[in-house]
Parts: sequence; structure tokens; C-alpha cells
Amino acid sequence: MKFLPLLWAGLQRRKLRTTLTFLSIFTAFMLFAFLGAIREALGGGVGMAGRDRLIVRHKVSLIQTLPESYKAGIASVEGVAAVCHQTWFGGIYQDPKNFFPNMPVEPADFLAMFPEFVLGDAEKQAWLGTRTGAVVGRATAERFKWNIGDRIPIQSPIWGQPAGQGQWEFLIVGIYDGTKKATDTSQMFFRYDYFEEARQQMKGQVGWYTVRIANPDQAAQIAAKIDEQFANSPYETKTEPEGAFAAGFAQQIGDIGAIMMAVVGAVFFTILLVAGNTMAQSVRERTAELGVLKAMGYSNFLVLILVLLESSCIAISGGFGGLGAAWLIIASGNPIPGLLPVFYLPANSIVTGALFAVALGIVAGALPAWQARRLKISEALRRVG
Amino acid sequence: MIRPALLFSVALFNLRSLPGRKAAAITAAIGIAGVVGVLVGVLAIARGFQRAMTVSGSPAVAVVLRSGADSEMTSGLSRADTRTIGDAPGVARNYNGYITSAELFVIINLPKLSTGTDANVPLRGVEPGAFEVRGNIEIVQGRRFATGRNEVIVGAGAARAFAGLGVGQQIKVGRNVWDVVGIFTAGGGIAESEIWADTAVLQPAYQRDDNFQSVLVKLDSAAAFEEFKESLTGNPKLNVKVLRQADFYAEQSTAVTRFITTIGVFIASLMALGALFGALNTMYSAVAARTREIATLRALGFGASPVIFSVLLESVLLSLLGGTLGAAAAYVLFDGYRASTINWQTFSQVTFAFNVSPDLLGMAIGFATLIGIAGGLFPAIRAARLPIAAGLRES
Repeated sequence: MKFLPLLWAGLQRRKLRTTLTFLSIFTAFMLFAFLGAIREALGGGVGMAGRDRLIVRHKVSLIQTLPESYKAGIASVEGVAAVCHQTWFGGIYQDPKNFFPNMPVEPADFLAMFPEFVLGDAEKQAWLGTRTGAVVGRATAERFKWNIGDRIPIQSPIWGQPAGQGQWEFLIVGIYDGTKKATDTSQMFFRYDYFEEARQQMKGQVGWYTVRIANPDQAAQIAAKIDEQFANSPYETKTEPEGAFAAGFAQQIGDIGAIMMAVVGAVFFTILLVAGNTMAQSVRERTAELGVLKAMGYSNFLVLILVLLESSCIAISGGFGGLGAAWLIIASGNPIPGLLPVFYLPANSIVTGALFAVALGIVAGALPAWQARRLKISEALRRVG
Repeated sequence: MIRPALLFSVALFNLRSLPGRKAAAITAAIGIAGVVGVLVGVLAIARGFQRAMTVSGSPAVAVVLRSGADSEMTSGLSRADTRTIGDAPGVARNYNGYITSAELFVIINLPKLSTGTDANVPLRGVEPGAFEVRGNIEIVQGRRFATGRNEVIVGAGAARAFAGLGVGQQIKVGRNVWDVVGIFTAGGGIAESEIWADTAVLQPAYQRDDNFQSVLVKLDSAAAFEEFKESLTGNPKLNVKVLRQADFYAEQSTAVTRFITTIGVFIASLMALGALFGALNTMYSAVAARTREIATLRALGFGASPVIFSVLLESVLLSLLGGTLGAAAAYVLFDGYRASTINWQTFSQVTFAFNVSPDLLGMAIGFATLIGIAGGLFPAIRAARLPIAAGLRES
């Protein structure tokens, strides 16, 4: 602790340089943090996938529908604990830019299948009692400033007009939250019975089924049995664990995500290289001063520690500061809700970033500090920058 | 009174001392090279994607969809509709009749070669007129599919990106088996990400009865578009929307382009900031290292301008060096690099190539120069305002 004034004096030596180095490290770590958030947004569905859930879709492609009657068939397979279905509605609220996913579901089955969506009891009862009722996630509700009781008009290019009405209209009866930050709360769900009655084409067809199985270790066998049941029928199925399904989507975005990560990673390290070099240089410049310290009786080891502390100070304050600032900005909201369903800074990014900051401090200070340690005092005193 | 000769002599003197400050100079140049290279790379992605989506959009080709459809998948037209559309004024003719193609657009799942996982690949049913409507389709391997048979031709981009699409191979889609008989190019445009089949064979395979999703029409000339459009939108029996092909593609690519550009610009700004701080740091250090020299020059009588000019010149030259290095590296590494991603609006894959265009390179170099100027200006001014006596005493 008594060395703090010495440390501070060292940092103050060239205030401008210290500030600029701090700022460039700060920026580099902000970049790193945003990188983590974007990567999580693009591929995070995988982590949230239920271990005990499977997705059953049409074998040819997700855009093909399956008959509603398959529900009974799937439920009869041994090992299946629950079945529910969803369908892509593709509804547009005012403008295609306001995109958010909306799906008709059977409320009781759906809520039981997805415990990560938290809905109050009163709201749940209201949904079960209101035919045109819909529940919407907190993120979308806040995005459009919707409240319970609002009537929302939606257009659907896929399903056309509902029978007897000009456009689809839903009454918001509940707003759901997610159990974790990574839960997608941008979706809206409404009732399948209203959908089935009002749609004018492809009646009795649904998009895909989600299946809960009793024993996650039997996922592959149960999936095979489900597909076997519908093999050679007009609607063949493909069943896979929810995690694999989500990963498939992440990989479809694939190249873009990987490229952005590689690219930003390169920049991150470049900026750190420059900052590190500057810090090393500042140590080299003060070799004479280090010589004075040694002449005064500071041990080699102590001098080494002092140098490391100084560079670590800049690196850690810059790194943690950058991570913290990015965290604050990210927490303030999602800039492109239509394209990134979730937006938050994952814990592993924070930890990795912190480790990098510490590593930077040590590496930037280590080499010149090691050289300084071995200097003979008389040489050091003669050295001019 | 400043003589140019003075300016340059000081500047040259300054530059000649650069080898003594090699390490710092090289690090600064590398820093800027990295940032510039990355900026070019990210913008090349957006350019490449946009180019793939729009390059094949001809002003003399019109696309007709059902009114209100935001993509082909949500559109539906009956055969009667397509006949009416084909008979509208303004449509070009050849010896076969009107040059039109009524098309169907579906998606199949094929494994991506790079990851092994399934991806949504567009499968398009076309009529024989499709080739002439577009005008830039070339069969580079194999032959066109024969009408009435379960045969497909594969776009060059799709063949490269997905498994099992070589000539002679077969694709199994549900209970249908299709033979791959040819590979085609489409001038680098979006059609190269697609697989094409005969509409008449695709319709029953997908239980579409006699319905289509879009009609592509070749117009007499680009100017005939208005007449064509009005005739269709004014027809009470039709409920359609009519677009030029170029506009249609532009509309289909807005979401992804916006995404890449937003993220790209944001990242580039942060990178620029980081690079700027790095450059400022280097230049301030450079000035600090030469305090005595600069003080001597000033004592000799050189005014502020030659000093400022020399520092600025050094900064700009270093940045230009770094910028050129970065741009060149980006060009060598990225130009033509093939990638594919999902276009959420059509829910299917688009294959594209990074496009490091000349204007992008120019932008990169301009960017580097700006960083050079910004990074050198304040240090230069500080150098010019050094108190001479104190400076001479510095070690």
C-alpha cells in the first residue's frame, strides 16, 4: 500500500499517454463485449433448448405443414409425456419492419410444455376464457408500448383474411416474462381454435410439434419411433432434439456470424497490440528511474512487481471499464429487435474479457520489466530513454 | 513568409529520422492496417450480399405477385391469372409466343457442406420461358432439364455450398427423386443460389394443383413497364402487385443488408475510435521523443508551420502505409471469398461472394488518411508550441 503514491506518480508521468492508452484499451474491450452479445443473440437459442424436448417437423422442410391429427399419433409413442403444436402465422403489425414471431397454439398444452415462459395465473385464466385472446412477451410489449386490454390488428399475407372480418384482431390478455435473460420474450401467442375457425385455407394443418419426453437419454430412439410411425405417409416427419433444431438455425446464419466474430477478434487483438506496445515503451523510457530505485535499495523483484502493477493498472481499469460501459449500453435496450431476438451480455463474455484484461497487463509489463530487472544499476543510471 | 522548400526540408529531415523510431512506427502502421483491413472486410460482406441480390435485376423484366405478398412464398396466382398477365400490353414476344415464366417457389432441406447441418435451399419451378426472360442464364455443365421429367438444374452457388448437388447425383425430396442434370450461372445473381425444376412437375409434387406464385415477364423495353403495370393493376379480375425485377430483389434483401450494415458501421466506428487513440498515442510519443530536435529547429528560426507540417506528414504517411497494407491484405484475403447465409425474408439460403470493390478500397484509404490527420494534428500543434528553452534541456 505504501507504494501507491509511487504507482500513481508513474502513471502521471505522461498523463496524456496514460489516458490515450486507457481509452484505446477501453474501446477494444467495449468491442469485445458487443461481439459477445451479438454472438449470443445469433446463436443463443441452443443454450435455452429444453433437454427433454423434441421438435417434429415435415421431413421436406419446416415450411410444409403437418396434419393436426398427428397429435394423437405422436402422443401414443412410448416415452412421450406431452405434445403441443405451433404454426407460423407470419403476422405483420402495421409495417413489415415491425417483425416479431406470432403463432397460434393450444394455451394449456403450450404453457405446460414451455415452463420458461412465465405467465400469471389470472392472465392464464383470462387467456383460456377469451377466444381472441393473445399473450405477448415483455420485449415486444415494451417495444410497441402495448398493455393488457389493447386490441391489436394484424395482417397475415400467408393466411389471408379471417372469415367474416377485414383483418385479424387480437386482445392482449397477458404479458409473459422469461425465466432467464436468454429467453426470447419477443413472441406473441394466440389461440388455435380462433385461428382454425377463422382461417380460410389449409384447415386442420399445423406447422410443427414440440414433444416432451420422459427420459432425455432416449431422445434418439423416441425420435426414430415417431418418424417411423409416419414414414411413407403423405406427410413424412423429421424429429430431432430441440437443441439440434436451434443449432441448425444458428448455423444457417452461419457464415455471417463466424466471419463477424473472426473479424472483430482480429481488430480486438490489433488494438491490444498497439496498446501493449505503448505500455512497454513507457517502461523502457524510464529505465533510468528504475535504476535510481535499485540504487536506493529496492530489490529486483520489487521493481518487477512495481512495473507489472503499473501496466496492470491501466489494462485492468481500461478493460473492466470497457466491459462495464458496454454492459450498461447493452442493458439499456435492443437496437434491432426485429433481427436480434435477445440482446444481453452473457456471463462467459464478461469472465473471458476480465481474464484478457489481466493477461494484457501482465504481458505488456512483463517483458520490459524482466529486462529492467537484470540491468546493472550503473548502466541503468546512464541510460537516456 | 513560408517557403515551400523550408516546409519540405524539415519534413524530409523528420522522415529520415524515422528509422530510429522503427518499432513505434511499425506498430502504429500495423494497428491502422488491422483496422482498415477489417473495415473493408465487413463492408465487403454487405456489398457482396447486396450484389448477389441485385446484380441480376434487369429494368426490362417485371415480376408479378399477388397483391399484399411480401415474398413469393406468401403469393398465389391461378393459371387463369398467369394467362391474363402474359397477355398484357408491353410483354416482349418471340417466335414461341410471349416471353413469360409462371413460377413456384418452395424450400427443401439439404446439408450445408461447411457445417454438415441442414439448411433451407430454394427450389424454383420454372417454365421454359424462364431462361429467355432473365437473359443471363448459362449452362456451364450438363444440360437443361427436359420438360415433364423429374430433373433439376442447380445454380453454381448452390452446387458449391450444399451437399449432393453434382451433375449425375440425385436429390430425394419427400417421396420424389430428382436427377441433377446441369449446373448454371446467372451472372453472379441470386438465381445461382437456387435449384430449378419444371413447374409442371413441381406442382403435383407439392400438391399445388394448378397454382403458381409469381410470373416473370420480359418487357419490350424498360419504358414499357408503366403500361404493363397499369393494365394489370387496373384489371378488376386480378389482384396483383407488379415490380421491376431490380426493385423486387432490392426489397427482398433489405433485412439482411440492413443487419450487416448496422452491425458493420457500429463495429467500424468503435474500431476507428480505438485506432484513433492508438494513432494519437504513437504520434504524441513520437513528438515527445524528439523534443530536443524540435526545440533546436525552432531555436534555429524555423517557425511553427514547418514543424506542424512535418509531424502531420509523418502521421499521414504512416497511416497511409498502414491503410494501404490493410486494404491490400483485405483484397487478397477477402475478395471473391464465398459464403452463404439465410435471408429471413425468403427463409432460404443466399450464396454470395465477398466483394472488395474499388470504391471500398478508396474509402478505406480515405479512412486511414483521416485517422492519420486526426492522430497527428494535436501532437503537431503541441510540438509547435513547445517552450524552446525547456525543450533544449530535455534529454
